[in-house]
Amino acid sequence: MIWRKLVNFVMLGVTALCTLLTVSVLFFILGYLLFHGGRALSWDFFTKLPTPVGESGGGMANAIVGTGKLLLITVLIGVPIGFLGGVYLSEFGGKTFPFFVRYMTDLLNGVPSIVIGIFAYALVVMPMKHFSALAGGVALSIMVIPITIRSTEQFLRAVPDSLREGALALGASQWKTIATVVIPAGMRGILTGTILGVARVAGETAPLLFTAFSNRYWSPGLNQPTASLPVMVYTYAVAPYEDWHRQAWAAGLVLLALMLAANIAARVVISPKGAPSA
Amino acid sequence: MAAPTAGLAGGAAGWVRALIGRLKTGDAAAHTAAAMFAAIIPVATVLLVTELWNRSALARHKFGFSFFTGQVWDPIAGQFGALPFIYGTVITSLVALLIAVPLGLGAAIFLAEMAPPRISDALTFVIELLAAVPSVIFGLLGIFVLVPFMREVAQPFLMKTLGYLPLFSGPNYGVGVLTASVVLAIMLLPFIVSISREALLAVPRDQREAALAVGSTRWEAVSKVVVPYARLGIISSVFLALARALGETMAVTMVIGNNPKISASLLAPGYSIASVIANEFTEATDDLHLSALIELGLVLFLLTIVFNGLARLMVLATTRRGTAHP
Repeated sequence: MIWRKLVNFVMLGVTALCTLLTVSVLFFILGYLLFHGGRALSWDFFTKLPTPVGESGGGMANAIVGTGKLLLITVLIGVPIGFLGGVYLSEFGGKTFPFFVRYMTDLLNGVPSIVIGIFAYALVVMPMKHFSALAGGVALSIMVIPITIRSTEQFLRAVPDSLREGALALGASQWKTIATVVIPAGMRGILTGTILGVARVAGETAPLLFTAFSNRYWSPGLNQPTASLPVMVYTYAVAPYEDWHRQAWAAGLVLLALMLAANIAARVVISPKGAPSA
Repeated sequence: MAAPTAGLAGGAAGWVRALIGRLKTGDAAAHTAAAMFAAIIPVATVLLVTELWNRSALARHKFGFSFFTGQVWDPIAGQFGALPFIYGTVITSLVALLIAVPLGLGAAIFLAEMAPPRISDALTFVIELLAAVPSVIFGLLGIFVLVPFMREVAQPFLMKTLGYLPLFSGPNYGVGVLTASVVLAIMLLPFIVSISREALLAVPRDQREAALAVGSTRWEAVSKVVVPYARLGIISSVFLALARALGETMAVTMVIGNNPKISASLLAPGYSIASVIANEFTEATDDLHLSALIELGLVLFLLTIVFNGLARLMVLATTRRGTAHP
């Protein structure tokens, strides 16, 4: 009996240790980035272009704007497709086609980001014959679609049927019911899911490597290769220059701060219970 | 729908009238528009597969099956064998799972069985935040924190204690298969923890109570009753994690050492499918090189499909069982 109690005590202690270890990883990452990135971060980082190798100083203003541009394309192309697809799956649809769409969504969701990069390369870069912000935006859009479609469907399904029936009973047509009753009721949840989805693709590097590529200068419009924060972290971290490493830390800190802010905002502020208020 | 020939005209007119009637309320239009947006997803997925298939045709025809067995990757000589990359991808993923599964399952058990609900929720939230950290940041910390640690502390220790095994015989560069596996393991943890925790929480209360009532300790109840009951959910979390590990690019690329050699030692530098695509895609000037890289992408795609599919089957099996015995 003593032996069994000892095993019980030890094993339960081990599980607590596992938890402690797992949780501490995030705080370690956060702390390390704050320490190294914080030292390297300055106002110049947000306002200046990268300097040539060997010259210290400079910033990543172009990469910040580049990431913003890529996300704008994602929000304009990927999010509407995912949103309306989700509306279709939840509100319209018969049996076989929605099943097929859902299946394909899961398939697309599981595709590694680097393969999405190849796809966007074949789709946009090859016909245009050069890297562009548009190609990067298309790659990120393809990644955000499955996330948006899933969360939209899920949160619309959580809207009680009595709301739909009430609107229909008052004589509203189906699309009016959906547009004025169902979607507003599920809006908070959908917004949460969308923010999380966009935040996830905002940190993606692999699909941008050969679509948006990179750029050491400003890139006007959507037709030029564009720098982005994640790609800059990568190129600066693997480069052999001390000064670039400092910049990589700073860029990493900015990226992580954006990511955590979006996640916490989405989960805590917008949707305190993780479910839509009906 | 199949109207007899005689009534065809009338049927068609009626159908058109009905359509106009529905369009007036806007329902049909809204339905069609939403369906068209939904149709973009299957179209994109099919297009993805055909693009990968067609654009890898050159390499597929030239090398055939020897693409998977060849060990020489020499873009200048036009020789492309993918085995070192496939090996690197598989071995890093498996070692990562070996590290992450016990750790993740332990944490999941603690969060589901031991911790008070509020603390459990808070800790789970923190662990899920870890899943939101971009992979390039794991790579960044991998290069500047983990690689020096592996080179100066962990790997010398492994070589001293377990060096007689070929697995740990060196060389000691810091970068290598083991370092990549450790980074991957950390990235997989949140998935394993949150899905396994859900599976454990879904185990009915009476199962636990019955085990405790016959005199088992908490640990015995957990290890002999609760975990076996939730095993399908746990296994599905492992497959999901595996699918993610196979496709992970940046963090692995930054610490694996990027050397296309199959080595018995885990400490030696290796290379993975995703890494070679990331490193060489923009530099691939001739068509054969590009098509070989795209074929690697196709291989990666198929691998992840298989493991995602297995995970899905597990989830399906769990829900079926759940409804059979409410």
